[in-house]
Amino acid sequence: MQKHDIVIIGAGPAGMAAAVAAYDSGVKDVVLLDREQDMGGILRQCIHNGFGLHKLGTELTGPEYAAHYKQMVSDRGIKVYYEATVTGLTPDKIVTAQSREGILKFEAKAVILAMGCRERSRGALNISGTRPAGVYSAGTAQKLMNMEGYRVGKKAVILGSGDIGLIMARRMSLEGAKVEAVCEIMSYSGGLMRNIVQCLEDYDIPLYLSTTVAEIHGKDRLEGVTIAKVDENMRVIDSTRRYIECDTLLLSVGLIPENELTKSAGIKMSPLTNGALVDENRETSVEGIFACGNVLQVHDLVDYVSDEAEIAGIGAANYVKGLKTAKKAVGTVAGNGVRYVLPQVVHTDSGEDIALFMRVVKPYGKVKFTVSSGNNVLATATRLKAAPGEMEKIVVKKDKLIEANGDITVALEEI
Amino acid sequence: MKRDLVCIICPRGCRMTAEITDSGVLVSGNACKRGEEYATAEMTAPKRTVTSIVRVSNRVDTMVSVKTKEPIPKEHIFDAMEKIRAVSVEAPVRIGDVIIENLFGTCIIATKDVK
Ligand SMILES: Cc1cc2nc3c(=O)[nH]c(=O)nc-3n(C[C@H](O)[C@H](O)[C@H](O)COP(=O)(O)OP(=O)(O)OC[C@H]3O[C@@H](n4cnc5c(N)ncnc54)[C@H](O)[C@@H]3O)c2cc1C
Ligand code: SF4
Repeated sequence: MQKHDIVIIGAGPAGMAAAVAAYDSGVKDVVLLDREQDMGGILRQCIHNGFGLHKLGTELTGPEYAAHYKQMVSDRGIKVYYEATVTGLTPDKIVTAQSREGILKFEAKAVILAMGCRERSRGALNISGTRPAGVYSAGTAQKLMNMEGYRVGKKAVILGSGDIGLIMARRMSLEGAKVEAVCEIMSYSGGLMRNIVQCLEDYDIPLYLSTTVAEIHGKDRLEGVTIAKVDENMRVIDSTRRYIECDTLLLSVGLIPENELTKSAGIKMSPLTNGALVDENRETSVEGIFACGNVLQVHDLVDYVSDEAEIAGIGAANYVKGLKTAKKAVGTVAGNGVRYVLPQVVHTDSGEDIALFMRVVKPYGKVKFTVSSGNNVLATATRLKAAPGEMEKIVVKKDKLIEANGDITVALEEI
Repeated sequence: MKRDLVCIICPRGCRMTAEITDSGVLVSGNACKRGEEYATAEMTAPKRTVTSIVRVSNRVDTMVSVKTKEPIPKEHIFDAMEKIRAVSVEAPVRIGDVIIENLFGTCIIATKDVK
């Protein structure tokens, strides 16, 4: 059994930023564990640009953003265990990992969960028809193309207009494939506006809303799909069925935080985020275990992942140093138009400004967000547009926060 | 000419309005200066950063990710892809190494280290 102050599970952007922040807060005995052979997580396959403009001031590709943090980790001499898959986590912070050298066991004063998320697979969907080759999850196709140099197909249909689907539509077009359609079952896209512009419009790829893949055709190899419009209850409208010939179907139908370990440690989960319930330091319901990045809530902006990870890293360091003092906890509640608010618990006597993160339930035009506790308005913010695909951040100032005398509600109104 | 644009420089995706006037391109709705630059270019000569991969010839199944150092004119995206597809490199490669020189006023550089 090895003893360490802080053990971090996952060395993606969240794990790396948390490690650096904890170290810089004075807790130097930090180790990172990752099942892959390199740091960087999902960024290793995100070769497109658009990372880090806010955090680092320049526009980078995924691998470049990862390299920036990797350098910071190695400059500090932080130990990283590669090809070490964590298989066990207990509430008293014993971490078990399978590695090539056998089983590693760590006893930590604090643990930071940074395992990221995985894609929903076809199993999670209900598409009738055969199971031919040529059907991939979009992230798997991205990995095959960008890391292994494999050509995925020549004629593609993409189901799901989240960012991975949009990015892959462009990537396949650049490699000479014809992307016949991106189908989205919802009446709006869950992807970032910028990706609709630069990934679909630039390449004249049609986006069909309220449309799904109703059937898959082909015996050994995919030959085509039937797409169709859906009604308000998401049921296929038969009269709108249309056959499209294609050799590739990419599924980009959502990400699920990778929380098996979290649950096995008995940590309380949020049904809204599918991640742990946390306070403003990103500490979970089990003392000394923190969470950040996509394992906590699915992010679309890596800059916010790094910010969140820094909060968790500093929180874990303060915990190890015994610097936890705030006591007055209140809950946060998603009010009108808001799907969830994170953190779910806030200490009003923390003496710091606290940023609340949230997603709205559907696309809106101009809206005003109000953060309130009872009759006290703690903060307001207006936005010209709000969409479920774009996370909102509202800061509550510390002198306002102490006025909160009960749960804090975030609600929006259209203006 | 007036147009509604979405800034694609960063994922914040500001919604902007741009108008060509006698005194230049007037931009509103942008949260930072990069948005104004983007809108001005989009109204006059649209450009995109192209990212792709290049095979590393002396490593098994290894690719190095690359990008155009600066954005290139939109109409040359596919020409750039053809040039990128035609080359391979030898490791070691460092981030920032030039892979193809002089391409539409910029160059192709590596975005990943390969030891
Ligand atoms: C396709 C795609 C495109 C994106 N595009 C953009 C963009 O243009 N701009 C932007 O700002 N953001 C973008 N994002 C968002 C951003 O990149 C992610 O939110 C961010 O990478 C999440 O970081 P993470 O560290 O939480 O998770 P990950 O990057 O997934 O890292 C998790 C790490 O944990 C490891 N791990 C998991 N389980 C275990 C275990 N049991 N034991 C050991 N290790 C484990 C994994 O190997 C991995 O290295 C994109 C995301 C995706 C998926
Ligand atoms: S204007 Fe600035 S903040 Fe807004 S999307 Fe463009 S780069 Fe990002």
